[in-house]
Amino acid sequence: MTMTTAPQPQNPMVQLLTPEGELVTHESYSLDLTHAQYKSLYREMVFVRRLDQEATALQRQGELGLWASSLGQEAAQVGSAFALEKNDFAFPTYREHGVAWMRGVDPMKIMEVYRGISNGGWDPLEHGCNSYTIVIGNQVLNGVGYAMGCTLDQSEDAVITYFGDGATAQGDVNEGFVFASTFDAPVVFFCQNNQWAISQPSEKFVKTPIYKRADGFGFPGVLVDGNDILAVIAVTKAALNRARSGAGPTLIEAFTYRMGAHTTSDDPTRYRHENDLQNWKLRDPIERLKVMLARNGIADRNFFDAIDIDADAWAHTLRAAVRSMGEPAPESIFDNVYADSHEALDAQRAAFLDYHEGFADSGVKS
Amino acid sequence: MTNELTIAKALNQALRTAMEEDSKVLLFGEDIGKLGGVFRVTDGLHKDFGDHRVLDAPLAESGIVGTAIGLAMRGYRPVLEIQFDGFVFPAFDQIISQLAKVHRRTNGSVKLPITIRIPYGGGIGAVEHHSESPETFFAHIPGLRVLTPSDPQSAYSCLLSAIRSNDPVIFFEPKRRYWDKGSVDHTQSPADPWRARIVRTGSDVTVVAYGPMVKTALQAANASEYSLEVIDLQSLSPLDDRSIADSVERTGRLVIVHEAPGNLGLGAEIAARIGKSCFYNLEAPIERVTGYDIPYPPSKLEEHYLPDHDRILVAVDSAMEA
Repeated sequence: MTMTTAPQPQNPMVQLLTPEGELVTHESYSLDLTHAQYKSLYREMVFVRRLDQEATALQRQGELGLWASSLGQEAAQVGSAFALEKNDFAFPTYREHGVAWMRGVDPMKIMEVYRGISNGGWDPLEHGCNSYTIVIGNQVLNGVGYAMGCTLDQSEDAVITYFGDGATAQGDVNEGFVFASTFDAPVVFFCQNNQWAISQPSEKFVKTPIYKRADGFGFPGVLVDGNDILAVIAVTKAALNRARSGAGPTLIEAFTYRMGAHTTSDDPTRYRHENDLQNWKLRDPIERLKVMLARNGIADRNFFDAIDIDADAWAHTLRAAVRSMGEPAPESIFDNVYADSHEALDAQRAAFLDYHEGFADSGVKS
Repeated sequence: MTNELTIAKALNQALRTAMEEDSKVLLFGEDIGKLGGVFRVTDGLHKDFGDHRVLDAPLAESGIVGTAIGLAMRGYRPVLEIQFDGFVFPAFDQIISQLAKVHRRTNGSVKLPITIRIPYGGGIGAVEHHSESPETFFAHIPGLRVLTPSDPQSAYSCLLSAIRSNDPVIFFEPKRRYWDKGSVDHTQSPADPWRARIVRTGSDVTVVAYGPMVKTALQAANASEYSLEVIDLQSLSPLDDRSIADSVERTGRLVIVHEAPGNLGLGAEIAARIGKSCFYNLEAPIERVTGYDIPYPPSKLEEHYLPDHDRILVAVDSAMEA
């Protein structure tokens, strides 16, 4: 068995729900949710997985240009975003569909980005959720800056910024740690260690466990079972509370696994073993919550079946909506490049319209 | 109200004015607090506005720009100082990939009114990386605006315009002219900073310059046997080519001057535009007087690199004799 498939040492990794669906206690972290909340978390994870499945299919059918799968990371994403308050702000990468979902972003706006309709989709300020950031690690510094602004405002708002194990090699991520620590910024660094930076296993470039790196920057690091949604919520809530209190940042390493390809352009069969995937299926984040709900009499088969039916119906609607999605007007490529007026660009737009007016069926409004 | 000020002091007063009129304006950069910046442009502002308005940054340029983007998303209007031209490159990724694109990406929801002040250009006898002219890189990027003043008055009005702009502005300060004096009128903005301005009228040749080279061009105009019209661009992006064309339509000759290497420099863009718009007015080929296409030389040799008034006069002569 390779390192990537070996279970992590039990001690440092916070866990409240075992892969077998058993509730366990932890000396520092606990979580007390209502039955309705447990059921709602299950529902959110099922829908996020259904979204991912649908989008992957849509890409295969040529309806999306690309898709970055979140399969297997539902607990890390839904759980950490569940811990946020409304006025908090999330800075996701391009894979955090569960985070965008929990922040109330219309999935059709995510589809716009991967269909090539928009580079951003939604209004970040409306949802407290930044646009997906594609350049690896950039968003970490942006999130730290937003958190510095929360401090200057003397507010209790906090920030969570997402990145993967690969991004920990980036200068921006490490500079983000330094700036956050310097200014005691109310930010939670949420690293989903899904163990693969495209084809490179994290064990190759992570010589010190990621969460331990926080020591060197002067703030706490926590390792959590990223497939245990209860532990993820407990750990993230504690880190956010610490941030709000003015005590500064926390680094959370959520240990999980990228069950799909890096993106739909990737072929993981070239670099990893099928066995790895089978092992991680036994630690599936949705299955273990399902077992817990059933075993404790919180939900029954009717509940699970009804959610599956709802998710299928919803996915059907999404598929139809994506297929009939309109395209923006061609001249909109000139929109919003600048906030203030810009004569030279106005002139280019006018010339563009003028040029297209010469064609019978240009699709450009004159 | 008119005062005799250095460029550095005029910039300092523009920062003060901007901070007084908008509590969201904050200064962020290396050594800008108690020290007042290595060129003292922020002198006294930390003392008067405090830790929450003037923030000393850790020594990491990408960090400065990257966090400023977040501050702007939170409603702040950061004015950043990059210590020297050659040190902006670690921040290049944040500037190109995020700063320039966020407004467009968010369909106009998120504005990033960030000013990045960068002392630039040579002539101060410095070590490597302290004398560069990287303005072309930024003028090439859609979503950014680029301004550079040439004297105390334009320093004051251009910096205020940069800070008030709702777009990101890269603001290049001609460091070897920091201590040049001139009058500054604080009560009104005498020229629109987004427009080129004629700093000396003439009838034979139009000389276009910006930043530190405006003074050099004026020296050439004083020494020339011909009547030179000197234009100070102020805004490098957008480029006010209409004002240049208006002048060239009268003179029929154009010389473009900048310190940056000539290859693909702003002079190339200006020449292409004027070559088209003034094709039937031009009496001679457009001349460029620029830095050579070499890494900035060691300081003992920099006088051979930097365009001076003699090189401008030679170009003027060739334009007149063509």
